[in-house]
Amino acid sequence: MSRRNTQVAMPKQAPEERVTNFDEVAKGYTEEMAVDEAIRCLTCPKPQCIKGCPVGVDIPSFVKAIKEKRFEDAIRTIKEKNALPAVCGRVCPQEEQCQKYCVLGIKGEPIAIGRLERIAADREQQHGVELPERPKPLGGRVAVVGSGPAGLTVAAELAKLGHEVEVFESLHTAGGVLMYGIPEFRLPKEIVQAEVDYVRGLGAKIHVDSTIGMLYTVSDLFVEGFDAVFIGSGAGLPSFLRIPGENLNGVYSANEFLIRTNLMKAYKFPEYDTPIRVGKAVAVVGGGNVAMDSARSALRLGAEKVYIVYRRGRDELPARLEEVENAEEEGIIFMLLTNPTRLIGDERGFVKQMECIRMQLGEPDESGRRRPVPMPNSEFRLDVDTVVIAIGQTPNPLIQRTTEGLKTTKYGTIIVDEETGRTSIEGVYAGGDVVSGAATVISAMGAGKNAAKAIHEYIMLKKTAVK
Amino acid sequence: MPLSVISGGLCWCLCQTLDLHFYKLLLLFLTESRREGAAVYRIVKKRSLAPSVKLFEIEAPAVAKKARPGQFAILRVSERGERIPITLAGADPEKGTVTIIFAEVGKTSTDLGTLEEGDEILNFAAPLGNPLKIEKYGTILCVGGGVFVGAFLYQMKALREAGNRIVSVVGARSAEHLILVDEVKAVSDETFVSTDDGSKGYKGLGFLRDMLGSRKFDHVFTMGPTALQREISEMTRPHGIPTTVNLFPVMVDATGMCGACRVNVGGETKFACIDGPDFDGHKVDFDLLISRMRVYNPQEKIAMVYRGSGAE
Repeated sequence: MSRRNTQVAMPKQAPEERVTNFDEVAKGYTEEMAVDEAIRCLTCPKPQCIKGCPVGVDIPSFVKAIKEKRFEDAIRTIKEKNALPAVCGRVCPQEEQCQKYCVLGIKGEPIAIGRLERIAADREQQHGVELPERPKPLGGRVAVVGSGPAGLTVAAELAKLGHEVEVFESLHTAGGVLMYGIPEFRLPKEIVQAEVDYVRGLGAKIHVDSTIGMLYTVSDLFVEGFDAVFIGSGAGLPSFLRIPGENLNGVYSANEFLIRTNLMKAYKFPEYDTPIRVGKAVAVVGGGNVAMDSARSALRLGAEKVYIVYRRGRDELPARLEEVENAEEEGIIFMLLTNPTRLIGDERGFVKQMECIRMQLGEPDESGRRRPVPMPNSEFRLDVDTVVIAIGQTPNPLIQRTTEGLKTTKYGTIIVDEETGRTSIEGVYAGGDVVSGAATVISAMGAGKNAAKAIHEYIMLKKTAVK
Repeated sequence: MPLSVISGGLCWCLCQTLDLHFYKLLLLFLTESRREGAAVYRIVKKRSLAPSVKLFEIEAPAVAKKARPGQFAILRVSERGERIPITLAGADPEKGTVTIIFAEVGKTSTDLGTLEEGDEILNFAAPLGNPLKIEKYGTILCVGGGVFVGAFLYQMKALREAGNRIVSVVGARSAEHLILVDEVKAVSDETFVSTDDGSKGYKGLGFLRDMLGSRKFDHVFTMGPTALQREISEMTRPHGIPTTVNLFPVMVDATGMCGACRVNVGGETKFACIDGPDFDGHKVDFDLLISRMRVYNPQEKIAMVYRGSGAE
């Protein structure tokens, strides 16, 4: 019997159906599908996949467990290293991480590691989540700033070791970008809350409505008796294009557009109170995952035409290929090699047109990608009711402004020791987007994991020194 | 919460075998996990100050310790509710309470007004925004309008304590909408009252034009409806009197994340939530601000109709 060299296909909602709802697009494997996929694993003596995982999940073991229908063992193995598997199984760019190293990928498709992780996690959420035994308290108290992927990871790791952990979240719900950023159709909020509850179950206390830098400063936290502080406040400050007309009505940052839609559930207005204004034609500027999420949300909010306006070509789109394909399937119109030059409003101050210019790719720039150059006299106008600017975010400045001695780069990111996440202040650690600038969920979790280890060592050393 | 039940059971089993300190910690954890880390923001005092204008004193010890005049709160009344900004109108660190004064104008503020003493506000994130710069300016003119007089009084008290001589103007649509006139008088050296319809005090703000021409002010502060703040800024501009306005554009997160509150100040885009809410009134693009504040007016009406329909 020859081994299949393709993955078991992911069941999905059909494009024409899914654009009418916010339900999850990918429905997930059934147990049978999962076993079918898992048996493709070669069980390599020297598995390569693990080295592609930023949090070091023992992939071969959990895949083997699924192969043998031991789903409980599979999730137990995953959770030894990853506190948020239902999230990672959905939003990790596996094609650039674990799956990239899979030997099967040389002649065919690699094992669908993410999909297997997802079913193991979902199955556990359906059957009841198992909590590990509470460890003996070690006496350390750690404050975690932000309850996104980095913060939740730090909280989970340190709680599992026996430290007392309190998480401070600025919004009214924990989860950070998993709640406000990534849309329901890609990451259901119920799934996120179940993962957050798991972290609570490990013993971490989560305070919502608590903006660090305002309600408490980092130094207040030390006064309150915390031994260490982890800053995982993310990259929350939206960048704008700095073109005329950007403050017209109907021009949103992707953050605002997604916060209204995801966190505030504006797609259920007026059942939910927060409104959003979409109109018939929407242009989303940018080519990353956030741009794809915004465009696909706009479609589901009732827009008839949704454009992605991106200054480079399709090959340069920073979004995951899977997300680009999903967007294309759903009918998003890609206006590549195109850059907006100004926004034109009507007499009531609402945006009505976007003036763009055609671009061509020149020599590679410092990022290694070919620099887009405007083509003279190629301007044209696009009729739009809404514009969403999705060209990136930088760190929120509230903590940096109020923490004396915290060293940052000119982009506002916090400078840390890469191995440990240690900042310029003793006892203060940082990780995730606030350090790297906007990146992925899993890289934030990887940074959180390293920081948790360093924080643990720091506290234990300090306690021994005191004795 | 099935999870806390599971963990509770686990904890119980574990604490049989471990020491008492751990047992206490576990109990603490159990109580905390039921509250899910949410602080309680209980209304300890409710007063009606004018038609549709309410005062709440809210239990919020951590906020009371940090709050300064000029800062605001973002609150939410229900699980499906909107996040709305309300400027703080006072803080008592010893009592552990903060005060807000608000008008029931939209859906959220109307819902808020139905809460009674003893009720809890679901979410109350504060303090947010920068405090007003309190220093000794000299003789200052403080012009407050409508419901905003409440929060303005909190700022005026601090300005007074900093040694300023305060000339104040309290304005409203009509006599019955005037609030806190006596309280403003108590912190002012001189107080003028003005109503749009002339039912009390001066009719309109014309008298201010003469006053600005005949007397010397080192600084003007204004807080009130945006149109009022614009009018005052235009009045002081020819005299070159520095004028501080307090802006409240549409906000969602109010921590710098969404940019809904962006305003054009001196040609630069600023976020009212983290760069403000106080700005130089002579540099603010008020036309843009007012236009941006009206974006969701149609939706606001729909929300009120929906509220009235009892469909919730």
